[in-house]
Amino acid sequence: MTRDADNLLRLDGLSLRHGAHQVLDQVSFTIGRGECVGLIGPNGAGKTTLMRAALGLERHLGHSSLAALAPAARARAAAFLPQARQIVWPVSVESLVALGRVPYLPRGARLQASDHAAIEAAIDRLALGPYRTRDATALSGGEQARVLIARALAQQAPLLIADEPIAGLDPAHQIAAMQLFAALARENHAVLLSLHDLGLAARYCTRLIMLHQGRVVADGPPDAVLTPALMAQVFGVSVWRMDTEQGPLLVPMDVLRDAG
Amino acid sequence: MSAHPIRLALGLVALMAVLFALSVLIGPARLGLPETLAALLLGQGEAATLVMREIRLPRALLAVMVGASLGLSGAAMQGYLRNPLAEPGLIGVSGAAALGAVIALQTGFAAAFVLALPLAALLGALGAVGLILVLAGPRGSSITLILAGIAISALAGAMTALVLNLSPNPFAANEIVFWTMGSLTDRSFTHVAIAAPFMLVGAVLLLSLGRGLDALTLGEDAAATLGISPDRMRLVLVTGVAASVGAATAVAGAIGFVGLVVPHILRHFVGARPSALLWASALGGAAMVLAADIAVRLIVPERDLKLGVVMALIGAPLFLHLIFRTRTEMR
Repeated sequence: MTRDADNLLRLDGLSLRHGAHQVLDQVSFTIGRGECVGLIGPNGAGKTTLMRAALGLERHLGHSSLAALAPAARARAAAFLPQARQIVWPVSVESLVALGRVPYLPRGARLQASDHAAIEAAIDRLALGPYRTRDATALSGGEQARVLIARALAQQAPLLIADEPIAGLDPAHQIAAMQLFAALARENHAVLLSLHDLGLAARYCTRLIMLHQGRVVADGPPDAVLTPALMAQVFGVSVWRMDTEQGPLLVPMDVLRDAG
Repeated sequence: MSAHPIRLALGLVALMAVLFALSVLIGPARLGLPETLAALLLGQGEAATLVMREIRLPRALLAVMVGASLGLSGAAMQGYLRNPLAEPGLIGVSGAAALGAVIALQTGFAAAFVLALPLAALLGALGAVGLILVLAGPRGSSITLILAGIAISALAGAMTALVLNLSPNPFAANEIVFWTMGSLTDRSFTHVAIAAPFMLVGAVLLLSLGRGLDALTLGEDAAATLGISPDRMRLVLVTGVAASVGAATAVAGAIGFVGLVVPHILRHFVGARPSALLWASALGGAAMVLAADIAVRLIVPERDLKLGVVMALIGAPLFLHLIFRTRTEMR
């Protein structure tokens, strides 16, 4: 197999069953540098399972280029933001962001200058300077989400995989986060994120992958994926669409009765 | 919010050193300070040297070793399970070690030679580790680990009760009850020698977990994608805790609360970082057991007050206070 240096993730026939339920069914795609890929689909479509399997966190059939790596190499190839925003201990914001450097530290070693630079850059990028010494568990949910994004940035992996990173954020922070992901893609990184806000997906993602019952039903530029027919078939909703100067506006309007 | 780590380390080491000195100086044989030092360092005075080198020194050393092992194990367990209420006894090792010792006392094997009792206890601990690794499996979760530990503790407790229940010999039953209360009285360098290798291996294993425990602050999935292997960590943790706690129980009996309370007290001082809490809890645990073992000798010197009893009397109210405090912190 030739390995394309620009491919940060390659999935080949990824399948996974939970008992009789086929959670993922022959999922194949690649993600290259410069892409900001939105993973969309209704609840239970398999988005979280797809991300976890791609990272080798779940047993699966088929091939994932990331799951095939040794844990240490994988940690340098991809950073992961799980859906559950866990911060177990009341550590400072700075120490939490510093956890992104774990893959680069030999056991017991102290942070090097390059580590400090990565941590500072991540703190600056999410404007967390004023929170630096605050107890991370005492922050609001939205602030914690930003701290965790900064942790993932400090990992400096070329690919960021984020499971619903903007869920529960206020509109301003949702937009800021999407702008950040789009900017990362422009800086020759790549982002794979799942989300439910179709309007933000259409405006900030370079490509959308639509998942339905464990299968990829559409993969391409937002306009090609967010069609009324696919929205009706997959999400069971009618969508009102308007194109504005700042991009398309998509609003789900009504639940279609015959939606299965 | 957190003290400088070096200052904290120096403070804990100083506290430990002072308590160690007090522990060596206090005892029923009333010896003056110059006499004590001369006996300890130069071997002057035959009786005094015997008391210092064969009784008090091993006792103080064991207090340090047992306390450090229990504190370190507690910090590692709390970090791995991400639960401030976890304690080293949770995986059933101390209960199983106690069962081994109890069987040795009951059968009279304990009287066969000096190390019979601690060896039987270590054998019990070893059995518990084997059982827990089978039950919690190489790919089990932290929940299966807890459940397996509870099952093993319950089983060991039931078997211990059974031995007591069927004991035809009231003297042996009495001895068993006292042994399970935990004590450092009349221990020798033989005990130090049998416990030290296990505790050393345990400490090396547990201290190696620091980075992984830090990463687990973000949950198991995030830690795994930071290059940490939770399966490998569980294996190292169980082996490390078993070696440390098994050896501690073998030489000192069941001593509770150290592994629970010490990490709880010190967490705030290390900025809640699980890796820093490991060494801090080892030092803090040593200081706490030294202090309790001094208290045992000071409170009622004429009676053989048990270390485990005093530890629980200090630990339980302290723990209640901590729960009361966390209740307001954890919304």
